[in-house]
Amino acid sequence: MPQPSMPESAPIAVAMSGGVDSSTVAGLLVRQGHKIVGMTMQLWNQRRLPELAPETSGHGRCCSLDDVYDARRVAEQVGIPYYVVNFEKQFEEQVVQPFVDEYLAGRTPVPCTLCNNYIKFDRFLEMADSVGAHQIATGHYARVRFCDASGRYQLLRARDASKDQTYFLFGLTQKQLSRTLFPLGEMVKPEVRELARGMDLAVASKGDSQEICFVPNGDYAAFMSAYLKDKGIEPQATHGEIVTTDGRTLGEHQGIHHFTVGQRRGLGISSPEPLYVISTDPQTQRVVVGGNDDLLCGRFVVRQMNWISIEGVDTPVRAQVKIRNKHAGAQATLHATGDPNCVEVVFDEPQRAVTPGQGAVFYDGDLVLGGGWIG
Amino acid sequence: MQHFYFDHNATTPVAPEVLETMVSCLGQVYGNASSIHYFGQAAKQKLEAARRQVAALIHANPAEVVFTSGGTEADNLALLGTVRAAGRPHAHLIISAIEHAAVLASAAQLEREGVAVTRLPVGSEGTVDPEDVRRAMRPGTVLVSIMHANNELGTVQPIAEIAIIAHEAGVPLHADGVQALGKIAVDVNALGVDLYSMSGHKLYAPKGVGALYVRKGTKLAPTSFGGHHERDRRPGTENVPAIVALGVACELAGRTLAAESERLAALRDRLESNVLGHIPGTGVNGAGANRTPNTTNVYFDSIDGEAMVIALDLRGFAVSTGSACSSGAITPSHVLTALGLSADRARSSLRFSLGRSTTAEQVDALVDALEASVTHLRRISVHA
Repeated sequence: MPQPSMPESAPIAVAMSGGVDSSTVAGLLVRQGHKIVGMTMQLWNQRRLPELAPETSGHGRCCSLDDVYDARRVAEQVGIPYYVVNFEKQFEEQVVQPFVDEYLAGRTPVPCTLCNNYIKFDRFLEMADSVGAHQIATGHYARVRFCDASGRYQLLRARDASKDQTYFLFGLTQKQLSRTLFPLGEMVKPEVRELARGMDLAVASKGDSQEICFVPNGDYAAFMSAYLKDKGIEPQATHGEIVTTDGRTLGEHQGIHHFTVGQRRGLGISSPEPLYVISTDPQTQRVVVGGNDDLLCGRFVVRQMNWISIEGVDTPVRAQVKIRNKHAGAQATLHATGDPNCVEVVFDEPQRAVTPGQGAVFYDGDLVLGGGWIG
Repeated sequence: MQHFYFDHNATTPVAPEVLETMVSCLGQVYGNASSIHYFGQAAKQKLEAARRQVAALIHANPAEVVFTSGGTEADNLALLGTVRAAGRPHAHLIISAIEHAAVLASAAQLEREGVAVTRLPVGSEGTVDPEDVRRAMRPGTVLVSIMHANNELGTVQPIAEIAIIAHEAGVPLHADGVQALGKIAVDVNALGVDLYSMSGHKLYAPKGVGALYVRKGTKLAPTSFGGHHERDRRPGTENVPAIVALGVACELAGRTLAAESERLAALRDRLESNVLGHIPGTGVNGAGANRTPNTTNVYFDSIDGEAMVIALDLRGFAVSTGSACSSGAITPSHVLTALGLSADRARSSLRFSLGRSTTAEQVDALVDALEASVTHLRRISVHA
């Protein structure tokens, strides 16, 4: 796909969260002489579920008034037009609701990937288009490059391995990648902060944001209870049995959404050897527990595949596979299945806690081959 | 890049004459208007001169003008003050569905305090049917509050007819006149209103000053407490420079209103006919109603109004999707949905409000920019 020709005057739309990364992107691009439009996506109304940590300030949580204030201040500092665009409706429909549904279905979702797929690199790109910007830039730690040999846009891990966000970007299409800039991909975080300080940005020493922006303090179970209550949905069958892999009942629990595969804490059961959640079943509301070995999995199928740096797998391909964000990645072979949207992953060594609802992302060194959903 | 302002219903620039008077007042007339001495008297004279100027524009007695911090405070004082003064246990309030947030939120507060509130619908042209007011009347009704001109559409409500109905029932009538004052002739006696809200910054005076007309004999309880200013209706040391500015702005409006409204109506008509003639899938919301001369609200089918405002701003044209007070809201305009517009059509609508600085060249340039933006937006939405 060739780079589309762009008019001189077409601006780049920077997605500004009010954090140090995206603020630095805005400053950096202005410094490089680009015409920039800053935009903050209003995604979630933090006042909507007031019972969730009402005393804490909105700091570090997405879309708080403070963050919008910070983004606006940075836009003023670097001298760019700035707008707040409201995607709350789309965010709830395409990120929050699926997040809740997935947990209720006994899976462990990755809302950041959904947000990237449907909001940041879809709705935001569309808004950028609407206002005459052909490219967008974000503060993600990842790299994009065009490969002449394959004619494809490639996604690569960030130079700063500790900040790499490619795990959450596996859903990006060629079209999306062709129009996206990740100016921080070649930098390490201390360099970014240094740049922000150098530009005297008001947010230079602001803390990093937490993982799931709309869930205060990472307490997703409390979020779900508050959200379901707000929607007027009575939580049905919020308790069930905790059983062993061989069918013995060990106790009761307060709802399968409190459990994720591999979890050890919070089971409320004393046992001679450590017990882990092996699986959850929404039909029977059962939580199945077992020993560490029961968690090991040698092969699994990945659905809704999105190929990035390669077109797909006809013959088996070797790759490093990451099954959750904090997973170091493990050597595996990718096998085609009858369905072009599905791939079978066969690990060299069985891996612990392959969790339905999580993403599986395939790497060849720094190159992201593609990814899809587990289960 | 040149920037053109088509958002005079959000706020207006301070007129040069107003600015000059205000600055000189700020520098020289610093006395407290309640003080006995020379300095206080000088301030008091300016204050009362301004009161006469405001009263003259609306054909009121100066003693019936209460200065406030703006239109929102005037609306709050009118609603809360009248209903609380009535002191009825089962009080009832009638408003329309298309009121400004200052009235809607005041009514909602009264509702929380136990007052029954009727919100009258409007017809497809954006006006209240006076007969609906008659039907909504109850023995406990203590106030009718209907805006004079709507901020999003410019539609002018049949205030005089509503006043007759209200008074037949012995109920006072408040009109939020913030978007009418300076745009159309206002005569509180011809209208028959008992309370009338005004805002300085909508007619070329600065922000932070407004007034409430209170007909002699109208019962009004104070909503804030302090000294005996404004005949015990609104405590606090008077903001004399801003009030003086409002007075000058009212005088200026009185002098220029006839000619300016004719000029603006011609520009508004030029804008509408060129948009409707050149851009398919467009129409004017509330077109059939009697409207203020400077305002038009146009839908552009299949266009996202929020994106259009940004795209136009980047081309140098300042417009809005509706009330500035609800910018960034996800719910479509309550005014447009009250007209019966679908949520999609409401979201595709833009408000253009013209003013003293608007010229035919600016209007033509705006039409060109609209045409280009709509073409671009419709093209990309086909590809999306």
